[in-house]
Amino acid sequence: MKPPAHNQPAGNTPLLSVRNLRIEFPTRRGTLVAIDDVSFDIARGEVLGMVGESGAGKSLTGAAIIGLLEPPGRIAAGEVLLDGEPIHTLPAERMRKIRGRRISMIFQDPLTSLNPLYTVGRQITETILTHRDIGEAAARKRAIELLAEVGIPAPDQRVDHYPHQFSGGMRQRVVIALALCAEPELIIADEPTTALDVSVQAQIIDLLKRLCRDHHTAVMLVTHDMGVIAEAADRVAVMYAGRLAEIGPVRAVVQQPQHPYTRGLMGSIPVLGADVHRLVQIDGAMPRLNAIPPGCAFNPRCTEAFARCRS
Amino acid sequence: MLAFIIRRLLQSILVMLAVALVSFGLFRFIGDPIHNMVGQEATAAEREQLRQDLGLNDPVPLQFARFVGNALRGEFGLSYRMARPVTDVIMERLPATLELALISGIGALALGIALGVYTALRRDGWLSQFIMSASLIGVSLPIFLIGILLIYVFAVELQVLPAFGRGETVRIGWWTTGLLTESGLKSLIMPAITLGLYQLTLIMRLVRAEMLEVLRTDYIKFARARGLSDRAVHFGHALKNTLLPVITIAGLQIGSIIAFAIVTETVFQWPGVGLLFITAIQFVDIPVMAAYLVLIALIFVVINLIVDLLYFAVDPRLRVQRSGRGH
Amino acid sequence: MNTLTEKSKTDSLLARILDSDIFHSFIRSPVTVVSAIVTVVMIVAALSAPLISPHNPFDPATLNLMEGFTPPMVANEFTGNVYWFGTDAQGRDIFSAILYGSRVSLLVGFAAVGLAAVLGITLGLMSGYLGGWVDALIMRIADVQLSFPAILIALLIFGVFKGIIPPAMQDQMAIYVLILAIGLSDWVQYARTVRSSTMAEKNKEYVQAARVIGVPAPLILLRHILPNVMGPVLVIATIGLALAIILESTLSFLGVGVPPTQPSLGTLIRVGQDYLFSGEWWIVLFPGMTLLILALSVNLLGDWLRDALNPRLR
Repeated sequence: MKPPAHNQPAGNTPLLSVRNLRIEFPTRRGTLVAIDDVSFDIARGEVLGMVGESGAGKSLTGAAIIGLLEPPGRIAAGEVLLDGEPIHTLPAERMRKIRGRRISMIFQDPLTSLNPLYTVGRQITETILTHRDIGEAAARKRAIELLAEVGIPAPDQRVDHYPHQFSGGMRQRVVIALALCAEPELIIADEPTTALDVSVQAQIIDLLKRLCRDHHTAVMLVTHDMGVIAEAADRVAVMYAGRLAEIGPVRAVVQQPQHPYTRGLMGSIPVLGADVHRLVQIDGAMPRLNAIPPGCAFNPRCTEAFARCRS
Repeated sequence: MLAFIIRRLLQSILVMLAVALVSFGLFRFIGDPIHNMVGQEATAAEREQLRQDLGLNDPVPLQFARFVGNALRGEFGLSYRMARPVTDVIMERLPATLELALISGIGALALGIALGVYTALRRDGWLSQFIMSASLIGVSLPIFLIGILLIYVFAVELQVLPAFGRGETVRIGWWTTGLLTESGLKSLIMPAITLGLYQLTLIMRLVRAEMLEVLRTDYIKFARARGLSDRAVHFGHALKNTLLPVITIAGLQIGSIIAFAIVTETVFQWPGVGLLFITAIQFVDIPVMAAYLVLIALIFVVINLIVDLLYFAVDPRLRVQRSGRGH
Repeated sequence: MNTLTEKSKTDSLLARILDSDIFHSFIRSPVTVVSAIVTVVMIVAALSAPLISPHNPFDPATLNLMEGFTPPMVANEFTGNVYWFGTDAQGRDIFSAILYGSRVSLLVGFAAVGLAAVLGITLGLMSGYLGGWVDALIMRIADVQLSFPAILIALLIFGVFKGIIPPAMQDQMAIYVLILAIGLSDWVQYARTVRSSTMAEKNKEYVQAARVIGVPAPLILLRHILPNVMGPVLVIATIGLALAIILESTLSFLGVGVPPTQPSLGTLIRVGQDYLFSGEWWIVLFPGMTLLILALSVNLLGDWLRDALNPRLR
């Protein structure tokens, strides 16, 4: 394990700490605020679920943490601390050494996440060799081990196969192996199962959960699927229109949501055997980034809004 | 893979047949072939006799079949203007064009890829902006103007390079080369630049656009997210994917270099097939036009086949069959 | 809290144009503004050539052989006349020749682009909307043609017409043949773009709905599908104009374009090239510069238009 950070007492420092994060996109017609005042922590080995509609800013938050925000988007305020050390201000080269080594990322679509022109083995060993000071042969051996660990049969043959020779689920396993290959402390999994067949989704979530428990890796699990959160996460953060609506332990949020938006979200999940006549739906749509209402961003759609919500 | 190659071969044969049909149409229906072969003083009976001898009274499909048969043996008849076998005239001049096209093509490709990659990676740098602006001038500059400008500067004012011709050539078998003599090499410089510059700008702009496209893909983002160095991401991952579509276009470009050689050869009086073709058009020398057309089509088809084979070499998705699907 | 800087909204068309993204990106790019001005000035100058040119360069009565080879901005040693761009061998004013030459170049350019666009759009709409063997046939022809450079196609078409048209009429017909040759060599891009947009549009609900209520196919194509493809077509046409002007000058330079009695910029350059060796550089330089500036301005406009209509590529 890493030595504790100097400026904070050991043990209390969360692995990742996002403080008052604000992400802006300057445009000709003014600045769009995509993420506003978002704060949360992730502890070592913890799985934090991050839910919200598309466009709520989940993926953007992930990209900001790993330092891959695409221009013109920029972090306008707030900070990202890894082990108590700010990483959002690091020079590119030092941030690059953190990527893959300490924070990894898994993307949504396994079909496009792998370079089609290289064998999976080459892509894994390349990543290992970037972060570890070991030989070519050892890296290849490690790659085969990793493929075995993520549940790919006959890994010693598959290591020389190209991505198009794997099915979608198998490819996502390869992607997970790639994300894990330098033993990172945190994985940002951006909708890791959305592009997969329903039958494969559960397998991949189980795999992710098991591996992270075994390696004591923390996960920020971005998804819009509450089922996945309930299955895999320890805590859950609910995002709406670039803000954090609610954050708390999964059980508490699912059973006693505090924010009306979360309540709406929970109400819209079908529950097997539950005696409901119809699913709840939230009227209206999430506001566009250039038309976020003052006060609570959710107030125009909220059935319980009162004066304080609107200012 | 074999099936694919056979399919492409069949397609190539179809294209060649289509071009042969156009050539044949030119040959048979534009002007009167008899009129061009015999003098004014020939009698109607003599003309009819010649018509019969040449098979021009046979059914058209039969004539076409005969045309294709002759073309396969490399026989396109006599040039109206020079009264020599067209094949001989073309073979004499082919080396000049091929050497010019090859040198400028290789140069354009190498420089075009290098500059395209550079401008894509440093897209906001001043040098990139400058190169991009300059390339737009390159696209807007008709290639004959480039040639004239070069002639004026290096041949008329500075007098360091010859203004026209191919210089001394060395004969190797039936091939004549200008690459082995000093005057031959000197003569090659300006035509090669003239011919290559336009292709260079096109290839560069294409590589840049393609590279920018690839840099936006998920696997490049994922490669970055794994902490790979910029060098590994750009040259290991992005470049190879960029070059895949570039192979196709570059193949087409090299083909079009041979056609653009027409202009360059005119400016520099380069004794190649392009100059021959232009003269043929001016004098309506149909057999030469027809043969040139077939020749160019053949070169294009061969280049396209080479491009297909290159694809196989580079892209595992074509080379390796899917296997082990499931789960 | 509203994150967008508010803009007063006016409804007039002018205000909407002035407020549009396209206009803003236009004003923001000085190079584009300059090339637009240059293009317009050159078109206007070419159109009004008979009014503004100092001489009619092709009226032999106004030519004075004594004035031959007068360098630019230097008084002629016999007559004392000063010519901005100098004169050629026959004492013809180069400036006037350029004005008349641009007329021919622009006429051929615009007409060829018009022909190529109409042909390409029609075939593209048919191909995309009808599909089936029509589509297959048109696209195969397009493929084959696209694998040969435009200049070769144009030369070939020119050669064919030279063989068909009786020699006496050739000079007279040359300009039409040139338009035809360039137009026919350049339709493929329009057809391909329009075809893919048509295929995308024809399955959308509004087209399906129009079809269900019995709107005839040509009307659907014109009213509903065509407006959707005008953006890319405009880009292709602008860049196509530059290409057509260059192709025309190249053909004329090769001596297969317009006859010397009706010279375009390319013909002027072809004629002037011979004098380069004897030091009369201005005869070729000024027509060459004009051609370059014209082609460059139009290309810059096309480049900007493509970026403005397709912000993703910026």
